[in-house]
Amino acid sequence: MSTIPLEIDGRQVAAEEGETILEAAQRNGIHIPTLCYNKQLKPYGECRLCMVEVTKGNRTRIVASCAYPAEENIVVKTNTEKIAKIRKMIIELLWPSLSALAKDYGVTESRFHSDHTDCNLCGMCVRYCSEVKKLNAVYFKGRGINREIAVVPDLANECIYCRDCFTLCSGGWIVDKCDNAYTSLSK
Amino acid sequence: MPKLNSYSDLRKLQEFINARRDPSRTCITVCSGTGCLAYRSQDIYGAFERELEKHELRHVVDLRKTGCYGFCERGPIVVILPEKICYLGTKEKDVPEIVEQTLVKKKLVERLLYKDPATGDRIAHMDDIPFYKHQHRTILASNALVDPKKIEDYIAIGGYSAAAKALFEMNPDSVVKEIRDANLRGRGGGGFPAGRKWDTTKNAPEEPKYVIVNADEGDPGAYMDRSLLEGNPHSVLEGLFLGAYAIGSHEGFIYVRQEYPLAVENTEIAIRQAHELGLLGENILGSGFDFDVTIHRGAGAFVSGESSALMTAIEGKVGEPRSKYIHTAVKGLWDKPTCLNNVETWANVPAIINRGAGWFRSIGTENSKGTKIFSLVGKVNNTGLVEVPMGITLRKIVFDIGGGILKGKKFKAVQTGGPSGGVIPESMLDIPVDFDELDKAGSMMGSGGMIVMDEETCMVDTARYYTDFLAHESCGKCVPCREGLRQMLRILNNITTGNGREGDIELLEELAEFMQVAALCALGKTAANPVMSTIRHFRSEYEAHIREKRCPAGVCKDLISYAIDKNSCIGCGTCAKNCPTNAIYEIRASAVSKDRVFAIDQENCIKCGSCYTVCPDKARAVIKTPVRSFAERV
Ligand code: SF4
Ligand code: SF4
Ligand code: SF4
Ligand code: FES
Repeated sequence: MSTIPLEIDGRQVAAEEGETILEAAQRNGIHIPTLCYNKQLKPYGECRLCMVEVTKGNRTRIVASCAYPAEENIVVKTNTEKIAKIRKMIIELLWPSLSALAKDYGVTESRFHSDHTDCNLCGMCVRYCSEVKKLNAVYFKGRGINREIAVVPDLANECIYCRDCFTLCSGGWIVDKCDNAYTSLSK
Repeated sequence: MPKLNSYSDLRKLQEFINARRDPSRTCITVCSGTGCLAYRSQDIYGAFERELEKHELRHVVDLRKTGCYGFCERGPIVVILPEKICYLGTKEKDVPEIVEQTLVKKKLVERLLYKDPATGDRIAHMDDIPFYKHQHRTILASNALVDPKKIEDYIAIGGYSAAAKALFEMNPDSVVKEIRDANLRGRGGGGFPAGRKWDTTKNAPEEPKYVIVNADEGDPGAYMDRSLLEGNPHSVLEGLFLGAYAIGSHEGFIYVRQEYPLAVENTEIAIRQAHELGLLGENILGSGFDFDVTIHRGAGAFVSGESSALMTAIEGKVGEPRSKYIHTAVKGLWDKPTCLNNVETWANVPAIINRGAGWFRSIGTENSKGTKIFSLVGKVNNTGLVEVPMGITLRKIVFDIGGGILKGKKFKAVQTGGPSGGVIPESMLDIPVDFDELDKAGSMMGSGGMIVMDEETCMVDTARYYTDFLAHESCGKCVPCREGLRQMLRILNNITTGNGREGDIELLEELAEFMQVAALCALGKTAANPVMSTIRHFRSEYEAHIREKRCPAGVCKDLISYAIDKNSCIGCGTCAKNCPTNAIYEIRASAVSKDRVFAIDQENCIKCGSCYTVCPDKARAVIKTPVRSFAERV
């Protein structure tokens, strides 16, 4: 199998056919922060934390590394000033859920009023349920700023209660959602 | 009609139809676009049928239902050909008079003609009416010539001859080349060169390939795609056919909003008729080329107009954008090479193939060729669909075609590009309208919405309005767009209610910049345009709201109050009658006078502005004052 040579943060690395920039970086021990990425699932591109600068020829773009395929001879920078600015903004917007990352980036407070729930809509639960379990017990409801995670009303029929999504959920939101649904069911 | 099996069959059919048509013969056309239908233009058509019968004119006069004439605001529109006598605001009861006067006695029905607001003169001919005079109608013009439900009308004006020409006289490469040479750019938003897109799809290795018409017009108030599909569906089909032939696709989709029933109906009929004639299906015109088209009805969310979202919807999944670092031209529908263009782009294709790239290039500016259709709405005298050559100035559109600002008010700005476009101020009215100039001005062409705003429009409120729309219409998938819009909206709500803080403008700017680079799809990347452009051109209005808690345009309810100027009030009491909360009461003009005047009880006033609107022009006694200065007065 042929490999794809590219440069990440000044290092020459070899990506495998079909790999994304993020995967190539991870295999080579280069850390890129992520929130909505999970190796069992298809790239989704929600959180934008994984954005990096990619230079191809004389054109530089900022792309989501979890979705961008590794290409021959591109030059990737994972932590430039521009990138740090983007990540800081995401941290502030999702405040306070990314507290660990906030420390790395020196963010101590958010300038925004946080009126979102503990769910950051990474979709891990929804995607895991449908892509891995081939079930659809959890789904997205609404659009725009009203988008939210919902569980199907007769959860008992859809959900096999494997609880796998519980461990994937960073905010613990899905646990509440499901437990509430079960509690109301058993009533 | 029998199936056509060759190029000459098509030519013969066209000759056959035209032999029985006399271009000098009188033809009454009744607009049957959505706008005029809403004013019951079908009844007008029925009345014409009866009246013609009565006068035994049925055999000498033709009667035709056509697509949208564009001047919908003045509908229903009746145009009598070949003279192009244009009657506006026609009613069923006017029909006997029109037949009696115009058809029998060859006289005009003056009161139905366009009246020049300045001189009061009546204008009889469509092409002399300022609204039409300054347009350049290459695409919309055919709407008047065809009944969208009759393929023979389209064939009569040369329809499908571009398709036949391509099949028998050109190869796919030369079709792509013609579109490239014409420099046709996508009319749906970004203005990407169509020829380049076609080339990419054509050269993509995978099979099969697909072509798609994007008719998911989501801008509120914009309806150019709808009118084209409703009024001349065959031109869109023929364009799609040419694209398919050029890139080697055999399957096409037309993605239409569910909310456009007439467009769906007319397109369905068009597809069926094209099938019956052998212009769609297998072995088209005996050329060996196969092509078929399916209509997909979309649920009509604003975001589904985004190309990757639209494709996921056709695949039967929730229409949501996905990362497309590999172009949809290479990996689109079902991961196969897909060429997607909007309705207007496709509708341009047959004309380019028929008349050549040179003709197309002769219209427009250096990098934006051809014409563009806009939906001109807002505070202008003439609203409707206008088709203009690229490069025309905004001033010409607003003042010559649009006839200037309503009620003689002052122009303030025009929003181009729909909700995610930007505003353009007075000082930039002379820029030529083309893709690059609008971009430079901080707005965009978008699909062609154009909303004119007058001096009584608050620019912060405008930004708030569009941001609110986008916050609810984005899909909500990615953080920059969803959370960015959520916070922008919160900040704008604060500013317009008098709770703005120092630093808000800078924070909005920072958010906007972030969204532009970090959002997943084009919707999110452009969602901050209304905020960015209003800050750029009207920063002082933001500052007035934040620092002085004042809305200069007198729009933001929380920052204004209504009062009655005692000296101007003529005591007519109209305002009191119209006040929904009975907040207006009578007082004596002065201690000595017996004259009555009116006053507003601020406690009960809900700031609906009714009094402001109804106070007669000769008095203009109701005034808007900043809240604070009022408080100082009490
Ligand atoms: S519930 Fe948890 S896993 Fe599901 S979208 Fe929200 S944060 Fe992600
Ligand atoms: S930018 Fe907005 S519309 Fe596009 S994917 Fe993100 S949330 Fe959805
Ligand atoms: S409508 Fe105007 S003029 Fe008449 S009473 Fe009211 S404020 Fe006075
Ligand atoms: S990991 Fe979330 S966008 Fe890439």
